[in-house]
Amino acid sequence: MSIARILIVDPLSSLGRYGQLLYQAFLTLGDVRSYWKNFVQQMVSIGLESIPIIALAAAFSGMVTTVQTAYQLVSPIIPRNIIGAIVVPSMILELAAVVTGFILAGRVGARIAAELGTMRVTEQIDALEAMGLNSTGYLIVPRILAGVVMFPCLYLIAAFVGIAGGAGVGHLMGLIPITEFMEGARMFFKPFDPVFGIIKAVVFGFIITSLSCYVGYNTSGGAEGVGKATTQAAVSSCIFLLVADLLLAITFL
Amino acid sequence: MIEIRNLHKQFDGRDVLMDVSLDVHDGETLAIIGRSGSGKSVLLKHIVGLLNPDSGRVLVDGVDINAISYDELRMVRRNFGVLFQGGALFDSMSSFDNVAFPLRLFTQMTEEEISEEVQICLSMVELPDVGSVFPADLSGGMQKRVALARAVALRPRYILYDEPTSGLDPETSNTIDVLIKGLADQLNVTSIVVTHDMHSVLSIADRAAFIHQGRMHWTGTIQELHESDDQTLRAFVKANEYFIGDPAERGQTAS
Repeated sequence: MSIARILIVDPLSSLGRYGQLLYQAFLTLGDVRSYWKNFVQQMVSIGLESIPIIALAAAFSGMVTTVQTAYQLVSPIIPRNIIGAIVVPSMILELAAVVTGFILAGRVGARIAAELGTMRVTEQIDALEAMGLNSTGYLIVPRILAGVVMFPCLYLIAAFVGIAGGAGVGHLMGLIPITEFMEGARMFFKPFDPVFGIIKAVVFGFIITSLSCYVGYNTSGGAEGVGKATTQAAVSSCIFLLVADLLLAITFL
Repeated sequence: MIEIRNLHKQFDGRDVLMDVSLDVHDGETLAIIGRSGSGKSVLLKHIVGLLNPDSGRVLVDGVDINAISYDELRMVRRNFGVLFQGGALFDSMSSFDNVAFPLRLFTQMTEEEISEEVQICLSMVELPDVGSVFPADLSGGMQKRVALARAVALRPRYILYDEPTSGLDPETSNTIDVLIKGLADQLNVTSIVVTHDMHSVLSIADRAAFIHQGRMHWTGTIQELHESDDQTLRAFVKANEYFIGDPAERGQTAS
């Protein structure tokens, strides 16, 4: 296999198939009746059921950031509230969205790829098509919509819990009282920061769900194929999430 | 009526179907027979447009299904019920919801009417009490029967069966055969059965089409099948007969 094929032809043809799949799926966007029930189920599965793990990860991220910031920066000549000024924007701009994204790439991305992959290899997708249903609309649209709607909600929860965790651990360890922490947080707060975080969460939600749907929908090769698709969905989601993170930062900040 | 004209299909450079032509007449039950890997299931998927041919045409009631838009193809597909090899039941839904699925999507029936219709369909396949059971908790034969109930829910004009008795014990296979025959008579549908089980063919089919190495080797009525002196066909039929003795001799053509 030539290098040009690996580096140029294959990625471009995958991108073309990905675009075509999404186009075909979103042709049915107006046919809400066909995917409404599925959409609600996916909101629960992607959103509500992810809250505990997201909250846990965000809380620890906030706590670690506080402790490490205190370790690196606090000295008699630097005011303590700098901890809040660093931890809070870090959570809002970067950590809450990226931690949410990484955890959901594993939890949601892998599950979507495994579900659709199994449906593909057991001919359930063929069965949907044979009935006269647009299977991409029925299976892919509700998952992507649920991702795009629920990721920002999860991001907001992660940001809130992360900041609370950071402030809490700083207070409990005697590093900084909560009032000073919040005072520091307000010093450099920009209203655009949480807006940027929400934009990020929407983009991450789209990337993770759409990529995982693409990988799962095109699964072949039985149980082994489903295993490969699951891993590929999680890994590709993480990589594209990082690329998108950089591009968004360059574009908006 | 379904007309297949000069169908050709390759996978990864390997010819799977070559110049296959076949007519399926309204109301008949046609068995497509052949060895494993001969291209039977691939042909079946072409009939409902799940695969596109490299060349050739499939006409359903005069409409070339490869020359119409995706939305038009979806409308044509609603005339079909398909029983897949493994049943292809949606494993996240109960048997009831599986059968109700096409009714909820494609009809304006109320939940009460759907419930009645599902019960009728499950009774047709002699499983009136499995509505609340999930596919994973059903045996292979029962899964195929529920899948058959789902396939007939919209009262299709054509029912396609992909290896309906494969992997089933002889008694369950017989039950499935009786159901296929009963549904064909009861609903007056056109049935296409892909199988390599000659017992099924002899008990349910009006005509048979024999695919050998990707080509349509022979077509004819069941009576003609019995009388044919085509050596390849006879070897295939004979290999299916009840046999005691050296397996190496099984399938040898009678001289």
